[in-house]
Amino acid sequence: MDKEEIKSFIAKRVAKEMHDGDVVNLGIGLPTLIPQFLPPDIHVIIQVENGVIGTGTVTDENIIPHHAVDSSGVPTVAAPHGCYIDSNTSFSLIRGGHVDCTVLGSLEVDEKGSLANWIIPGKKVPGMGGAMDLVVGAKKVIVAMEHTNKGKPKILKKCTLPLTAVEAVDLIVTEMGVMEITPEGILLTEYNPEFTLEQIQAATEAQLIISPNLKPMV
Amino acid sequence: MAKIISVEEAIDMIPDGASIMIGGFMGCGNPHKLVDALAKSGKGNFTLFCNDGAMPVGPCGEEYYGVAKLIHNKQIKKMYATHVGLNPEIAEQSNSGELELILTPQGSYVEMIRAGGAGLGAVITPTGVGTIVEDYEHVIGRMEIEGKTYLIERPYRADFALIAGYKIDKAGNIWYKGTTRCFSVAMATAADIVIAEADNLVEIGEIEPEDVVTPGVYVKYIVEGGIENG
Repeated sequence: MDKEEIKSFIAKRVAKEMHDGDVVNLGIGLPTLIPQFLPPDIHVIIQVENGVIGTGTVTDENIIPHHAVDSSGVPTVAAPHGCYIDSNTSFSLIRGGHVDCTVLGSLEVDEKGSLANWIIPGKKVPGMGGAMDLVVGAKKVIVAMEHTNKGKPKILKKCTLPLTAVEAVDLIVTEMGVMEITPEGILLTEYNPEFTLEQIQAATEAQLIISPNLKPMV
Repeated sequence: MAKIISVEEAIDMIPDGASIMIGGFMGCGNPHKLVDALAKSGKGNFTLFCNDGAMPVGPCGEEYYGVAKLIHNKQIKKMYATHVGLNPEIAEQSNSGELELILTPQGSYVEMIRAGGAGLGAVITPTGVGTIVEDYEHVIGRMEIEGKTYLIERPYRADFALIAGYKIDKAGNIWYKGTTRCFSVAMATAADIVIAEADNLVEIGEIEPEDVVTPGVYVKYIVEGGIENG
C-alpha cells in the first residue's frame, strides 16, 4: 500500500467505531477521511473545536471563508441541524464528556495509553491547540496513525516525547492492526493479513498481547 | 454606552508595550481593519493574547492574514497562544529569542480568559496533568478533588481587547457570523478597554435582544467597517 492507501485503509477501519448519533471530533489529516467511509445508516455529529457542532458540506453557495473555518483554518459551515458556538462552550462540551469520540494522529503512544503528539523539542513546536483537552475529555480516544515512522516503532513501552496526556488512549488503529489499551497492556484484536504477527510485533516496541478472539481487519 | 470612533482614534489609544487580546481563529474573526492599522502604526513591544498567529496567506490570497502582520513586523514581544503551527515566523522569532511564546491548552486558555473577565481567581482543570504544561508560568498549583488531579491556572486579563462582530448596533451589542465568535466572547469580558470592529454597524433594534451574543455593556468603543461579504 502507498501512503494514501494506508491512510484510507486506516480511516475505513476507524469508521466502524462510530455509532449513529455520536458527537465526534476529528483531528487534522487522516481522521478527516473517516466520514466518507461511514455506512449510510450511520450519521455522526462532527464537532469542530473552534466553534461548530454539526458541520455541513461547504458549497460555492454557502462558503463564507472570512467567517467560518474549521480547526485547520479551512472553510467549513454548520449543517442545518448544527450550530456555531464560542470557545468556552466548545471546550465545556469537550472537557465535560459530551464528545463521544475523538480521533487523532500521534507521534508516539505507549502501553499505558499515554500519547505524545504536539511537540518535538528543538524541532517542531506548533503547540497543543485543543488536543490536550480533547484526549482528557472525550469519552473514547482513538489514535489513527501509521504503525511506524519509516520503520521506527511509534507504539512504545513508554513515550519519549513530551506527553499530550497520561493514560488517555482507548484504541489504536494502524495499517497493521487494531489494538486496545487494557490494564494488562496492548491487546491486538485485529490484524492486517498482509503482515504476520511476527512482523507486527517487530514493528512495535511494546509487547503485544494477542487476543484469543483475534480477527483479520476488514 | 459604547462610543463610535475612527480606526485611527482607536489605534492612538494603544501605547507601546500594551497587552492586547485579539479575537479570531487562524485569522478568521480577527478584526482586520484594526489589526491592519496597528500593523502600520509603528508601535510595538506588545504582549499579544491570540489563539494563534493566523497564516502568512489568507483564504482569498491575502498577504499576512490578520495578526500574522503583527508577527511579521516584529511588533510582538510576548505571545500567549495555543497553536502557532500555521505561521512559521512565530517559531523563527521564538527560536531567535525575539518573541517569547507561552503555549496553553486551548480549553484552558479560553477558560483562563473567561476567569479574568468573570472575577474568578483561577481555573481548575484536568487538562495538562502529567505533562510539561505543569511547569508553565500560568500553572499556580495542583490539587486533588474527589480522587482526581487538577491543575490550578491563573486568570488572563489584558489592557485592550480587539474583536470583530458581523453586526454591531450603536449600543455595542454584538452578533457574530459563523465561527468568528470563538475567543471574542470571552475576550470582550477580560480587558480594560474593548474595541469592537463592526462588519456592519446597525441601528439599535436591528439585533433582537434575544440574539445579542456579546452584550454592549462590555464594549467601550466601536469602529466601523470590516469585511462585508464572504
